[in-house]
Amino acid sequence: MSFYFAQFLTGLASASSLFLVACGLSLIFGVTRIVNFAHGSFYMLGAYLAYTLVQYVPGSIVGFWGSVIAAALVVGLIGAIIEVVMLRRIYNAPELYQLVATFGIVLIVQDAVLWIFGAEDKLGPRAPGLDGIVRIFGEPIPQYDLLLVALGPAVLGALWLLLNRTRWGVLVRAATLDREMVASLGVNQSWLFTTVFFLGSFLAGLGGALQVPRVSINLLMDLSIIAEAFVVVVIGGMGSIPGAFVAALLIGELNAFGVLVLPQATIVLAFVVMAVVLVIRPYGLFGKQETAAHAAGQVEAPIRPASPLKRTIALALLALLLVLPFLMGEFALVLATDILIFALFAASLHFIMGNSGMVSFGHAAYFALGCYGAAFLVKYFGGSMEMALVAGPLFAGLGALVFGWFCVRLSGVYMAMLTLAAAQIVWSTAFQWQELTGGDDGLLGIWPSDWARSKTAFYYLSLALCGGGILLLRRMIFSPFGYALRGGRDNPNRTESIGIDLRAQQWAAFVIAGVFAGIAGGVYVFSKGSIFPDEAAIPRSVDALVMVLLGGVQTLSGPIVGAGVFRLLEDEISRLDYWRAILGGIIVGIVIIAPEGIAGFIKRIAVKAGLEREGETAA
Amino acid sequence: MTTPVLSVRHLSKSFGGLQAVSDVSFDLAAGELLALIGPNGAGKTTCFNMLNGQLKADSGEVKLNGESILGLSPRRIWRKGVGRTFQITATYASMTVRENVQMALISNARQTWNLWSRASALHVNRANDLLELVGMADQAERAAAILAYGDLKRLELAIALAHDPKLLLMDEPTAGMAPRERVRLMQLTAGIVKDQGISVLFTEHDMDVVFAHAHRIMVLNRGELIASGSVDEIRNDARVQEVYLGGGRLFEEKGKGHG
Amino acid sequence: MKLFRFVAGAIAAAVVGLAAMAAQAADPIKVGEINSYTRLPAFTDPYKKGWQLAVDEINAAGGIKGRPLQIIDRDDAGKPGDAVKIAEEMVSKENVTMLAGTFLSNIGLAVADFAKQNKTLFLASEPLADAIVWESGNRYTFRLRPSTTMQAAMLAKEAAKTGAKKWATVAPNYAYGKEAVAAFKKELTKLVPDAEFVEEQWPPVFKIDAGPVVRAVEAAKPEAIFNVTFGGDLAQFVREGNLRGLFEGRTVVSLLSGEPEYLEPLKDEAPKGWIVTGYPAKDIDTPEHKAFFDAYMKKWGEAPKLGSIVGYNTVKSIEALLNKADKYDAETLVETMKGLEVPSSPSGPFMYRAQDHQSTMGAWVGKTDVKDGMGVMVDWFYADGADYQPSDEEVAKMRPAE
Repeated sequence: MSFYFAQFLTGLASASSLFLVACGLSLIFGVTRIVNFAHGSFYMLGAYLAYTLVQYVPGSIVGFWGSVIAAALVVGLIGAIIEVVMLRRIYNAPELYQLVATFGIVLIVQDAVLWIFGAEDKLGPRAPGLDGIVRIFGEPIPQYDLLLVALGPAVLGALWLLLNRTRWGVLVRAATLDREMVASLGVNQSWLFTTVFFLGSFLAGLGGALQVPRVSINLLMDLSIIAEAFVVVVIGGMGSIPGAFVAALLIGELNAFGVLVLPQATIVLAFVVMAVVLVIRPYGLFGKQETAAHAAGQVEAPIRPASPLKRTIALALLALLLVLPFLMGEFALVLATDILIFALFAASLHFIMGNSGMVSFGHAAYFALGCYGAAFLVKYFGGSMEMALVAGPLFAGLGALVFGWFCVRLSGVYMAMLTLAAAQIVWSTAFQWQELTGGDDGLLGIWPSDWARSKTAFYYLSLALCGGGILLLRRMIFSPFGYALRGGRDNPNRTESIGIDLRAQQWAAFVIAGVFAGIAGGVYVFSKGSIFPDEAAIPRSVDALVMVLLGGVQTLSGPIVGAGVFRLLEDEISRLDYWRAILGGIIVGIVIIAPEGIAGFIKRIAVKAGLEREGETAA
Repeated sequence: MTTPVLSVRHLSKSFGGLQAVSDVSFDLAAGELLALIGPNGAGKTTCFNMLNGQLKADSGEVKLNGESILGLSPRRIWRKGVGRTFQITATYASMTVRENVQMALISNARQTWNLWSRASALHVNRANDLLELVGMADQAERAAAILAYGDLKRLELAIALAHDPKLLLMDEPTAGMAPRERVRLMQLTAGIVKDQGISVLFTEHDMDVVFAHAHRIMVLNRGELIASGSVDEIRNDARVQEVYLGGGRLFEEKGKGHG
Repeated sequence: MKLFRFVAGAIAAAVVGLAAMAAQAADPIKVGEINSYTRLPAFTDPYKKGWQLAVDEINAAGGIKGRPLQIIDRDDAGKPGDAVKIAEEMVSKENVTMLAGTFLSNIGLAVADFAKQNKTLFLASEPLADAIVWESGNRYTFRLRPSTTMQAAMLAKEAAKTGAKKWATVAPNYAYGKEAVAAFKKELTKLVPDAEFVEEQWPPVFKIDAGPVVRAVEAAKPEAIFNVTFGGDLAQFVREGNLRGLFEGRTVVSLLSGEPEYLEPLKDEAPKGWIVTGYPAKDIDTPEHKAFFDAYMKKWGEAPKLGSIVGYNTVKSIEALLNKADKYDAETLVETMKGLEVPSSPSGPFMYRAQDHQSTMGAWVGKTDVKDGMGVMVDWFYADGADYQPSDEEVAKMRPAE
C-alpha cells in the first residue's frame, strides 16, 4: 500500500510540473486564440537559463531560487517580445497560419539554444536544502518532489486570485469568454494580450526552470513537453485553468501507474485518454463550445478550369518530367522522386484543408500508415511491391475512416487538436509497439520489385502514381463532391439546408485524403527501403502544412509548388549548421509577408499582367 | 377544404424556464403567402427553426402535406420540398452565382457523391433559367463574394427555388435592404409564388412589406399566437396594437428595426 | 570563449582551404561519414575530433597512395530516416568510395540495409547491436566496436563473481537495449545457472521518466541491477536512484557507463563501485595510447574520450583498407576488409573477422569511483575482443547466407 502511495506522490510531482506549462498554454489560448507551439520552447529556455544561472551561485538556497525566478522572468520577457514583434501581426489569420508560425519560432529557438548553450545534455545541480529524501510510510520520497506537489495547487491558487481579484484578471476572463466584447469595452487589447503572453511564458519558463534538479536538460525538451501540454490543455478544455489542473493530475498519475502496468505503452496511453475524453466531451472536461466564429481569412475567388496558358505550362512541365532521367544524374532523380511523393502528400492535405476547410495538424498519420501498411504486407505476408502499394493506401484509408469519424464531429481548432492527437496515437503506437513496427528500429529491407529497382524505373513509377494521384485529387475538387465540400467550408448552414449531409461528405473527404496520403507513403517506403516512427511525428505533419502554406492554401497548384520549393530548399539548407533556424525564419516570414504563398503570389502577378483571367478579387 | 401544405399543431419550446414558443397552431394553404410577425423576442425565430429542423421542439406536431416532419434534420426537411432563405444571406462566397444555384440542383439530383463530373457543367440550363427568373442571369459568372446585398438576396431566392419546393420558409427576407429594394424583392417573390403555386411562410419587421404582400398575417407575442387574420383584421386588432408599443406606431413606422 | 573558438575555427578553415588548394593536383579519396552530431554530441563530438586527428596525420604523411583522404561528414539528427536519405545522397551525388559512421544501433542497421541494397561498403564504427554483423549481417557491412554481446560477456564474467542471484534490468526500449539485456541474461546464466531476473524496465530511449522507473525496480527488491541506459537517461536514472537509495547495498552492472562521455557529466554524483565497461583515458600507458593521447591533447586541448578512440580507429581502419586494396570498387573493398589487420592503434592491434565482419577491438572493464569530484574508472583491465567472440559454427548459424 505504502508503495502505491509513494507512486501516487511521484505522479503528483510530475502533474505539478505539467500543470505549470499547460496552464500558461491554456491562458494564452483562452485570450488570444493562438495555439502556441512555441510554448514548449519557452519551457526549454527556462530550463537552460536556470541551469546557466545556477552555475554562478553553487550551493546557495537563495541563489538557486533566485536563478529559477530570474530565468522564468527572462522567459516571460522573451515571450512578450515575440508577441509584440511577431504574433501581433497574425491574430486575424486562420489557425493554420498561426500554428505554423509558432512552429517556425520553435525551430528558431531550437537553433538559438543550440548555438548559445551547446548540444550537450546538461545535468544541473540538485536544489540546495532539498536534496534529500523523506520517508513516508517507510518509502523514500525526494524532498524536491514534495515541494513540487505543493507548488501545483499553490500556483493554481495564485492564478485564481489573480484572475478573480484584480481588474486585469476580470479582463482576461472576459476576453476568454468573448473577445469582441472586451474590444468593445474600449480596453487596450494589445496591452492585455502582451501581459497574458508574459504571464503564460513566465509560467512555462518556471516549469522548465524547476526541472533543472530533476531531469537532464536537452534540445528535445521542447517538443516532448508541448505534446504532453497539448494533451493536458485539450483534456481540460482549452482556456480553462482548473481544467488544466485536473487534466495534469490525470496524466501525471496515468504515467506513474501506467509504468507499473503497461511499461511499454506509457506514451500511447495519454493520447488514448485524450481521444476518449474528446469523444465524450468534444470541448474537454471544463471547456465550452466555441461560440464566436473564428477568423476565416480572405475569401477565395471561384476556381476555374485551367486557362490555355496554364494548360501549356502544365503540359510543358509534364514533358520535362518525362524526359528528366535523360537530362539529369541519379541524385536529381532521387530528389525528383521525393518531390513527387511530397507533392501528393501535400495535395492530399490541401484537399481537406484548402478545399474543405478542415484543418488537420496530424496529416503525417496517414502518410505513415501508408508506409507501415505497405511495409507490413512485405514483412509479414511476404507480399510484393505491387500488392504493398495497394495495401498501404488501404491501411491509411482505414485509419482515416476511424479517426475521421471522431474528427469531423468538431471544427476549427478543436478539430485540429483532435487530428494532432490522432497522429500522436499513430506515432506513439509505432514507437512503442516494437513487436509489430520495430519501434525506433523501424522496418528495414522494403525494397522495390526488380523491375522498379533502378532509380529511373522507380522515378517513373512515382511519377505515374503520385502524378496520377494529384490529377485525380484535382479532378475531385472540380467534381460535385468537391464542390459540396467547398460549400461546406464556405457556409455549413446553407449546405445542410440544401439537403447535403455535410458531415458524411467531410468524413468521406477525410478518408480520401488519407488514402492519397497513403499512396504517397507507400511510394515513399519503397524509395527509402525503410520506415521509422518519425514519419508520423509532429515535424512531418508540420512539413505538410508548410508545403501547402508555402505554395498557397487558396491555390490549386499550391501543394505542388510548395512541395518542390520545400524539398529543394531543405536539400540546400540542411547542410548548414543552423538550417532549422533558417527554415523557421522562412516560415515566419511567409506567414507575415506573403500569406498567399508562392503560387498565390504568382497568380496575383499574372492577373496584374493580364496573362490570367481577371479573377475578380473578393471583397 | 384540401389538406393544407403546412399544418402546425400545439408547437411548444422552452429554454430552461423560459417558454419561447407556446402551443402554436396554424395551417398554411397552397399558394398562400403567410406572414409571421411580432416584436423582438416574440419567438418568431424559435418557431421558424423548429419548422426547418434546426431546433428540436418540446412537443407538438408539424405536417407537410399530411406527413409529419417534426424532428427531421434540416436536410431531410429540404428533401421533402421545403426551401429556405436566411435572415443573413447564406451563399457560397467562393463560387460563382451560377455555381451557387448549381449546387442546390446537384444536391436535388443526389449527385453530391459524384467524384468525376465537372460540377460547373451540370444543370447549366436549369440554373440559367432560375437566375433568369430572379433577374440575375447577367451576373451568372460573377463571384458571389462581390455581389451587392440585394443581389445576394435574389440569388438566395433562386437557390431556394432550385428543387421546386412546395413550401418556402423565408426568415426576414428583406432584412438589411434599402426600402426600394425591399418592395422589389417582395414583388418578385409574390409573383413567383403566384405563378408556381408555392406556399410561403415568412417573418418580417417591415410592416409595409407585410401589409403589401401577405395574404394572411399571424402575430406572435411572448411565444403565443395572439391574432391571425387578413391584413385588415390585423390592422384593426386592438391586442396587436397593444403589443406594438401601445398602438399607433405600428402602422407609421417605416420598418427601421430588424435583426 | 565562443568568440575565440569561432575565430580559431575560421583560421583553421582558411588554412585547411589553402592546403586543399595546394593539394588539388591529387584527386582526394572521398569517404561519406554519417553520425548523430547534434543529437548525441557527448559521444560524437570527441568521435569527430578523433577521426579528424587521424585524417590530419594521414594527409600530413602524404595521404593514401599519394591521394589525400577526404571525409565528408553529415549529421543525421538521430533519425534513421534522415541517415538513409543522406547515405543515398552521398552515394548518388558525392560518389563516395565507401560509407562509415553512425552511433545509434537503429541508424546503423538502417544504413547497413541501405549498403546491402546499393552494394556499397559500410564500416559501422560505433553501433553496438549484434544484429549488424549477425542476424542482419550482410556482405557490405563491417563493424568496429565490440558488440553488445561481447561487452555483456565481459561484464557477465565480473558479475558472476559477485554471487548476486536476483537481478533487475533497466534498458532503453529499442534494439540495443533489448539485445543487451538478452545477451547479459544469456551470458550470466551460462556462468550462474540459478540467476533469476525479477524485474525488467524498458523506458523509452531519451524519454525516461526516472522516478517511476526507479520505484518500480525498487519494488522488486533485487540483489543486483543490470543497467543499459546511457546519456541523459543514465544521468536521470542515477540521480533518482541515488536519491531514493536504490543502489544502496546492491550490485550494479552497467554497460558503457565507465566511458568519460557518460561518467563526467555526473560529476560528484557519479556512482561508486558499479561494474562497467568504459575508458580510463589518463591511466593507460601503452606507447601507442600515450602517443595518441598526447597528439589529441595537443590538437584539441582536452583529454580524449572513448568516442575519440573509436573515431581514430575508424579512420585507421579505412587507411589500412585503402592502402591494401588495389582497386576501390565495392567488391574489392569488401574482400580486402575480410581479415584486414590494423597493426597498431591506441587500443592495441585488431583485425576484422572474415566470418562475421566484426573487428576484434576490445573494451576496458573496471569499477567506477569518484575522485576529486569527478567520476573515474578504477581496478580496470583491457579485455581483448578476440577473447569474447562466438565460435564459427555459432556465427554461421546466426548470419544469413550471402
